[in-house]
Amino acid sequence: MLKVDGIEKSYKQDGLFSKQRQQVLKKVAFECKQGECLGIIGESGSGKSTLGRLILGIEKPDRGRILFEGKNVNDRRVRMGSISAVFQNYTSSINPFLTVEEAIMEPLKAQEKVKADMQSKVDTLLHQVGLDSSYRLKYPHELSGGEAQRVCIARALSTEPRCIVFDEAISSLDVSVQIQVLRLLKELKQLYQMSYVFITHDIQVAAYICDRVIIFRDGQIEEMVPIEQLKDVQSVYARRLLTYLITFQVEDQG
Amino acid sequence: MLMRLLRNLSKDKLAMTSLAVIVIIVAAGIFAPWCAPHDPEEVNMKLRYASSSWGYWLGNDHLGRCVLSRLIYGIRPSVLWVLVALMMSVLLGAIVGFIAGYFKGKTDAWIMRVCDVMLSFPGYVMTLAVVGILGAGLEHILIAFVVMKWAWFARVIRTSVMQFSEMEYVKFAKASGIGSFRIITKHIVPVTFADVAVIASGSMCSMMLQISGLSFLGLGIQAPHAEWGMMLNEAREVMFSRPELMLAPGLAIVIVVSAFNFLSDALQIALNPKLMTSKGKLRKKEVGKTVYEYSRG
Ligand SMILES: Nc1ncnc2c1ncn2[C@@H]1O[C@H](COP(=O)(O)OP(=O)(O)OP(=O)(O)O)[C@@H](O)[C@H]1O
Ligand SMILES: [Mg+2]
Repeated sequence: MLKVDGIEKSYKQDGLFSKQRQQVLKKVAFECKQGECLGIIGESGSGKSTLGRLILGIEKPDRGRILFEGKNVNDRRVRMGSISAVFQNYTSSINPFLTVEEAIMEPLKAQEKVKADMQSKVDTLLHQVGLDSSYRLKYPHELSGGEAQRVCIARALSTEPRCIVFDEAISSLDVSVQIQVLRLLKELKQLYQMSYVFITHDIQVAAYICDRVIIFRDGQIEEMVPIEQLKDVQSVYARRLLTYLITFQVEDQG
Repeated sequence: MLMRLLRNLSKDKLAMTSLAVIVIIVAAGIFAPWCAPHDPEEVNMKLRYASSSWGYWLGNDHLGRCVLSRLIYGIRPSVLWVLVALMMSVLLGAIVGFIAGYFKGKTDAWIMRVCDVMLSFPGYVMTLAVVGILGAGLEHILIAFVVMKWAWFARVIRTSVMQFSEMEYVKFAKASGIGSFRIITKHIVPVTFADVAVIASGSMCSMMLQISGLSFLGLGIQAPHAEWGMMLNEAREVMFSRPELMLAPGLAIVIVVSAFNFLSDALQIALNPKLMTSKGKLRKKEVGKTVYEYSRG
């Protein structure tokens, strides 16, 4: 469904006269099937967020293309209503001038499919993410981090997209809230038959929610494993993450 | 958006007073022929330096002209035309600044170089140069203002647009396929509006003072027409014998400039989203109270 086809991306290096470009993504290619949750884990600075931005069509790749159901995501009409996103930084992810209700309705309104039942739709979405209708008229600064992130999830769900990109969407939340949100995402995925591209640092989170994991390193795919084989992963970074996990668990038990 | 702004603003007494002063003055300027009790250019030597009377509330100047009428007609060049010039430069600067800040890259680089060139000329000197080339006159000064100021606005607006277009709600909007025009109008204009309003009302003050200053020097509006700076200049000779002639236009300038300054401060607060709901709640409480009172009485 979502097909990333040999994309490359480089950024200009800082400095006034340097013409050097930093290659952030090198020949990345993979595919994400309908209803699948694809995890992308990797070190800081390995280019995960850049990949996310390219999938979302916010930036264009230098080479290669990203196809969603055979059409290029650079065309915003392809993305509209089909691809959505949840970002890490919940403090700036809702326009401070909009109420929760307005924020959730924004992508719907853009589709020009304004329906009479929009109000009840907002209610349903809020209930789905575990908030009640009293949140509708609140402003973003009146929400806690977890609530704001739920609103972002509700907003991402509003057009019933077929693919959502999560860029460290839950990393900044409290662990107990993380678990709640993860459960919620898993349920919603079942409900709407969506695909997720789940970018994270946390291998445990990836193990919980993903069907397949890509280990990303230096702008390249180092390894791609189904979640059942995560224990047998080869790459150094993933192994290290796994060992930390095991030592923590041992300490917990001991 | 506008409703919210007005609602927030209406809680602030000083802001409402300033707004009222500005509205009244602008209206008086627009409807000057109906507001002014006399023809501002009617010379009446018999009434030379007459003090205030029932017919002439603020007295008469060195040519026996009605000071109040001149003050009212003076609103046109001193306030209204400055406002027009300001709006033009804000509009030009905003369009250019939005393009540069939103699309970035090469467009931005070129626009900013042009702005740098414009900004490297010192403002007052350029105004004087334009007046020197085109001759004295209000419209030439206004042209010089627009030419000089747009680059400055473009710069400030670009920085603010850049900062806000990095926000994740803009990224979300882009990702969900919303068009650039809609993103700019829905997400970037409202949040940058605060910045624009504040710098615009700030430079309104400086432009008014500059126009009055240039007219005081005799470079602005030409002789029989009324302008506040020129009225000050005309009253200069009798500064000590008849100080009230200087007081009227001087006070007018001070009042309008302060009104704009207060309004700009109040706008800054009223546009702060953090204050929105606390006020909204306040409103709800008031509504609740009136309902209560109704049910009681
Ligand atoms: N707009 C940009 N301009 C220049 N360089 C950039 C830009 N965006 C990202 N980079 C560079 O690309 C590299 C990858 O960044 P990216 O944000 O994709 O990493 P990441 O894998 O998401 O890291 P993290 O896990 O810390 O979020 C970094 O070295 C960064 O400096
Ligand atoms: Mg990142």
